[in-house]
Amino acid sequence: MRFTPHSQAEITSMLQDIGLNSLDELFSDIPEPLKLKKELNLGQGMSEMSLRRHMTDLSSKNIHTGQYPCFLGAGAYDHYIPAAMEELLSRSEFYTAYTPYQAEISQGILQSIFEYQTMICELTGMEVSNASLYDGATALAEACKMACEATRRNQIILSATLHPSYQAVVKTYAMSGKMDIIIAPEHDGVLDLEQILAMINKQTAAVVVQQPNFYGLIEELEALEKAVHAVNGMLIMSVNPVSLALLRSPGEWGADIAVGEGQPLGNPLNFGGPYLGFMACMKKNIRRLPGRIVGQSVDTNGKRAFVLTLQAREQHIRRERANSNVCSNQALNALAASMYLSLVGKKGLKDIALRCHHLACYARDAFSRQGIQLKHEQPFFMEFAVKVADPPQVNRKLLEEGIIGGYELEDALLFAFTEKRSRSEIDQLVTSVGRINNE
Amino acid sequence: MSKLLFEKNVPGSNAFSLPPCDVPEQDIAIPAKFLRQTEMALPELSEVEVVRHYMALSHQAYGVDDGLYPLGSCTMKYNPKINEWAVRLPGWSCLHPLQAPETVQGALELMYETERMLCEIGGMDAFTLQPAAGAHGEMTGVMIIKAYHQHRKDERRKKILVPDSAHGTNPATAHVMGYQVVEVKSNHRGLVDLDDLQAKMNDEVAGLMLTNPNTLGLFEEDIEDIARIVHEDGGLLYYDGANLNAIMGVARPGDMGFDVVHYNLHKTFSTPHGGGGPGSGPVGVKSFLSDFLPQPVLIKEKDGYRLDEDRPLAIGKIHSFYGNFAVVVKAYAYIKALGSAGIREACQYAVLNANYLRCKLKDYYEIPYDRLCKHEFVATGRWQMEDNGVSTLDIAKRLIDFGYHPPTVYFPLIIKEAMMLEPTETESKQRLDDFIAVMQEIAREAREEPRQVLEAPHNTPVLRVDEVQAARNPVVRYDKS
Repeated sequence: MRFTPHSQAEITSMLQDIGLNSLDELFSDIPEPLKLKKELNLGQGMSEMSLRRHMTDLSSKNIHTGQYPCFLGAGAYDHYIPAAMEELLSRSEFYTAYTPYQAEISQGILQSIFEYQTMICELTGMEVSNASLYDGATALAEACKMACEATRRNQIILSATLHPSYQAVVKTYAMSGKMDIIIAPEHDGVLDLEQILAMINKQTAAVVVQQPNFYGLIEELEALEKAVHAVNGMLIMSVNPVSLALLRSPGEWGADIAVGEGQPLGNPLNFGGPYLGFMACMKKNIRRLPGRIVGQSVDTNGKRAFVLTLQAREQHIRRERANSNVCSNQALNALAASMYLSLVGKKGLKDIALRCHHLACYARDAFSRQGIQLKHEQPFFMEFAVKVADPPQVNRKLLEEGIIGGYELEDALLFAFTEKRSRSEIDQLVTSVGRINNE
Repeated sequence: MSKLLFEKNVPGSNAFSLPPCDVPEQDIAIPAKFLRQTEMALPELSEVEVVRHYMALSHQAYGVDDGLYPLGSCTMKYNPKINEWAVRLPGWSCLHPLQAPETVQGALELMYETERMLCEIGGMDAFTLQPAAGAHGEMTGVMIIKAYHQHRKDERRKKILVPDSAHGTNPATAHVMGYQVVEVKSNHRGLVDLDDLQAKMNDEVAGLMLTNPNTLGLFEEDIEDIARIVHEDGGLLYYDGANLNAIMGVARPGDMGFDVVHYNLHKTFSTPHGGGGPGSGPVGVKSFLSDFLPQPVLIKEKDGYRLDEDRPLAIGKIHSFYGNFAVVVKAYAYIKALGSAGIREACQYAVLNANYLRCKLKDYYEIPYDRLCKHEFVATGRWQMEDNGVSTLDIAKRLIDFGYHPPTVYFPLIIKEAMMLEPTETESKQRLDDFIAVMQEIAREAREEPRQVLEAPHNTPVLRVDEVQAARNPVVRYDKS
């Protein structure tokens, strides 16, 4: 299949206008030894019909969450996506547009980002937000960099209850040599408060906490917030956006930077991406925020208009003095997140958060009736771990019964309960886990 | 200008509902101190009003489907619709990233095959699909370079060389990764100055980041010498793949001596830009660097594919999961549709279109390096500026009135009043001819009725926006009060 519209006659006439005789002459500036002497080995081009069949066949080799109920969470969640979203996201004015550098023909995109920023601020209780980053983990890594720059310190304390992939990504970013990462230990699934308080000192740029944490549990942060602020360090919170309809927001905890994975807001699982990292902070740090930011202004007639702003922070202006190299973000996923929040609305998001919590509570009670113990005795939102003897084995058997099981911990399985799960699915999960674990 | 969502609020009008709850709705099992106390001012709207809101916003946006989008270095080619269909297959969209390997063999196969095809196109040995964008790929690539030198205990290398014509992401990436950036000058032909490179290359330099063809659309003809100079002193050569569309199927960065490359799937491989993302910036390396690629690494074994996390020399992870998978699906479908011949043809026609445009515009706009270009070239508004006080920005804004997206402007920085034009291969001769006529007309207006250009755009929902005010007193969220 080709997507080039040229006829042979047009090619000939265009070459003539350029003053060349063949397409090959267009590449006479490439040294002869560097030119490919043979065709690439990519096979023959496929027709649309063949491609359709091929993609259908290939995707059918997977088992997906539309076929089997999914109890996996651990950073990506199987929430319901309203039907209107696919229709609206199919508008090619949105998805085939470039970054809105030309404000006059990009007001629609700019306004949608301004609205997104507003909603992220509302959710997190923070004052300003950027237009999105790659995902939850990279947003966190950028937040850690930002805290180091703001405090002119380089020690970052990560909670051991932070998502392991997020810990790994922050450590990778620390290859810059500009951040020292230390891990604060956990106790019974939550931060060991005594130990982390002892670790905080005048070198601490920031303490990073995930809420709810990787095990789905809710962390007590009051003493921690006071301690890190007492040494003029920052509190960075990585949060689940759906949980914020119910749980105390980063703003209410006194956090300086809030980040998180925006996937639960209307973005399909898509085997891990594209998702979006959201990032918000207080006004005083706006000029340290990485990535794009949309601001409100006026046009020459004094009419309200939106425009990319504070670009002096960014790589294309600041080059080797920029604090972040971010250029592309996840604009379409951020658009999806704001469409989602608009469609479910203020009340809908609360209903969803509550339903997730109620289903998880129901599952907890059902597990305990089966004699299956929770790994941690702590308050949770929509996810918790239960002790099993052989987690991989339980997962394998669950799969045979048509259930996508949990995230495998050393001696436990971490299960997530979204509003899509029903009582009967949970009953089946609990019964099966109980039976398999006793076998 | 549409009202904001928040200005349309009608409390109680949202009718979103969940199915009846079939489990007991107990009290919230969370202590009160952990619960939210403040209200969230999220929208309260009916579905129809939400739909109309976003429809109205879409009418104030401009995509490739609306018309020619000659943004230099951005490769705004047509995004085939079959790819959009393919990515919505539930076998892709409903896959959880942490599912057991035996349940995601199709996805792993697609990723593996994409890696192989990207290797073939670039002449590289191994690829990672984890980076979520071009700049993210650059960061990954520079980390790999750093890890390589560190592994060899070669600790003196604290500098990265970057040409003065480079994309801003190159120096920014090197700086963010803890390197000192040293700029290499361009010569009078717009190419890397070999003497300057030689003078700045030494055993303190970790590598050179280079775009080829460069941001002037010119092929770095001395690339073999450049590679020799960098390698002789122990440095590595990094390929910024922003302009890969100009050579794919014709020549390969791997054959030119590049050790690390990144591609932009959202440029070269036709995945849509999404209004600023998601992109995808896979990174490829020569075999001697493959141990440093981020984990997990995809491995093909007798009984299928798996993700290998046990990589002692790997730089680490750079994404929560495996990168922008759905973007990779679209790029895979694109390469499959084109095949070997189609990939080469896309490149040839991209270069044909750029040279055609260059030849047709050169009597109307200054073209500082008026010779054979690759997929893009740089023109300027210097004549218009000097003769009539009309700037490149004015010309760009006037193009909007005629229904075109402007080119990239004021970049590369080494050219005054630059306009960087990249038509891509998916524009027909008729489209180009229409665009040329408009550019000629704007050049005439600049001479004869400059106000038309100076005050453009005239027909857009808003006129020129005051960027200074936006930056001086940033208002970045709606506030009811």
